[in-house]
Amino acid sequence: MKSVLILLFTAVIACAGCASAYSVGNALPMDGHRAGRLTVTGSSTVAPLVTEIAKRFEQRHPGVRIDVQTGGSGKGITDTRVGVADIGMASRRLNPDETDLVAHPIAADGVGLIVHRSNPIEELSAERIVAIYTDEVNNWRDVGGDDRGITVVHKAEGRATLEVFLAHFNIDNTKVEADVLVGENEHAVKTVAGAIGAIGYVSIGTAEAAIEGGVPIRLLSLGGVEANTANIADGAFPMSRPLNLVTTDSPSPLALEFVRFCRSADVHDLIRAQYFVPRASDPDAEQ
Amino acid sequence: MPSNDQWLKIVTRASAVLAAGIVLLILGFLTRESAPALRELGIRPFFSDTSWHPRSGEFDLRPMIAATLVTSVGAILVAAPLAIGSAVFVHFYAPARLAVLHRRLVELLGGIPSVVFGLWGLVVLAPIVARLGGSGQNLFTATIVLGLMVLPTVALLSDSAIASVPREWIQGAAALGMQRWAIVWNVVLPAARGGIGAGVMLALTRALGETMAVLMLAGNIAAMPTSLLSPGRTLNANIALELGYASASHRSVLFVSGMILMLVVGVIVVGVTGRGGRAYAR
Repeated sequence: MKSVLILLFTAVIACAGCASAYSVGNALPMDGHRAGRLTVTGSSTVAPLVTEIAKRFEQRHPGVRIDVQTGGSGKGITDTRVGVADIGMASRRLNPDETDLVAHPIAADGVGLIVHRSNPIEELSAERIVAIYTDEVNNWRDVGGDDRGITVVHKAEGRATLEVFLAHFNIDNTKVEADVLVGENEHAVKTVAGAIGAIGYVSIGTAEAAIEGGVPIRLLSLGGVEANTANIADGAFPMSRPLNLVTTDSPSPLALEFVRFCRSADVHDLIRAQYFVPRASDPDAEQ
Repeated sequence: MPSNDQWLKIVTRASAVLAAGIVLLILGFLTRESAPALRELGIRPFFSDTSWHPRSGEFDLRPMIAATLVTSVGAILVAAPLAIGSAVFVHFYAPARLAVLHRRLVELLGGIPSVVFGLWGLVVLAPIVARLGGSGQNLFTATIVLGLMVLPTVALLSDSAIASVPREWIQGAAALGMQRWAIVWNVVLPAARGGIGAGVMLALTRALGETMAVLMLAGNIAAMPTSLLSPGRTLNANIALELGYASASHRSVLFVSGMILMLVVGVIVVGVTGRGGRAYAR
């Protein structure tokens, strides 16, 4: 009896094996019978968007499970490299020492400086921002605001927002004298919302969504350009960046199909709903 | 067929070995992962460098050890009086119905996930503390929230310690004409000292190990704190903030900070149980 069961069991496994081999063999986007599991880790900026896209992808392919985890772009890149994740999320361009990975841009975002809504400052020059972050200026009075101490909100290393910010203003991170160090964008938004004298920098998508939700923060203009989605779309906003999915150069067929789906016009509504900017025209999304 | 007794012997022995073995396994893992950094740098840089910039070869862990100790010990100082007071209240002052309700509420407090405590601290408590200046994310805020988190541990263990004080002692004290307060202070609390001490111990180790809420509230600046209102980074928060993106050598340095946290906990546990040995033995 036992051996019969084992035989049956083996047969079932073997059939399941050929079934999945069959569907992998027909790795066309149209077959609609994909199954499997994908792990996506990285940028906290990209994660909410990919979570929404993953929901839609799972609806279309009921056999697929996609786990989305955050931890910063640096984590996404490391995890993809060592194979812990199938796909990494990185909200910046890849660095020269990361050419072993392939970046697939899915949308554009900007990094904007935020202050508390009651702060009268409209805009800060680049020199003043550098001075504030290196602790040369300590009071809003010195940059044309109220008489109030400045609370500098900075990000932890490994965060793409930090790297984009430092590169844009050409600041050496060891020179930064911060008052609070945060991880995710949401943490930065809540910190600034809770302290009237605070200044921080976050994904413009996250900030716009928070402002829409009534959180008392304000985005500052940069170089005379207002920080909003429209100015990122036409390239006018200076501190913008691509939101990338990152894979090794030989991703699994399922991972590749998910990346294609993220880059297709089918998800543009989701991208806009998260206050990011869809890529204008994408010839290779349909290949 | 072994008898039931033998089965029980096998099962309990296996669980005992497993429980103790896991600690040793984790210690071994920590040693293995931190070995590269310790071999390359030795132990000195972690206590003599001028700052924590692992990417520039500066590895000072002292500010983080200080922040860890300040927040944990502070949390106990916040929690212990409240918790012991609440246990005494439940047994000697509260009407029966209120006592039950109070106990349920304290148990509920113990069930709140740390991330919820962190979020509450971030959006409610930090803005209030921010009126004193700064962002409100500092050692003070973290200590208060940590204290509330460990309060149920002390309260519930004190509660059961007080409950196990023999009734005859209390009745005897009352028969001698002692006031309620004198009974609590001179009879009940000394008798329950062992159990209350165990609760405080457990709470202290829980406070030392808490990561998420502290990460959200302490400000995370890796510099030696100068007052309770300055931001600080605990050893746990340091690991949580940096492990995600850390490369090989940096990763190993983070495991050294995990090792040091384990050592701190170990020293405290051994020290306290050593001193309180008599109390436990009763």
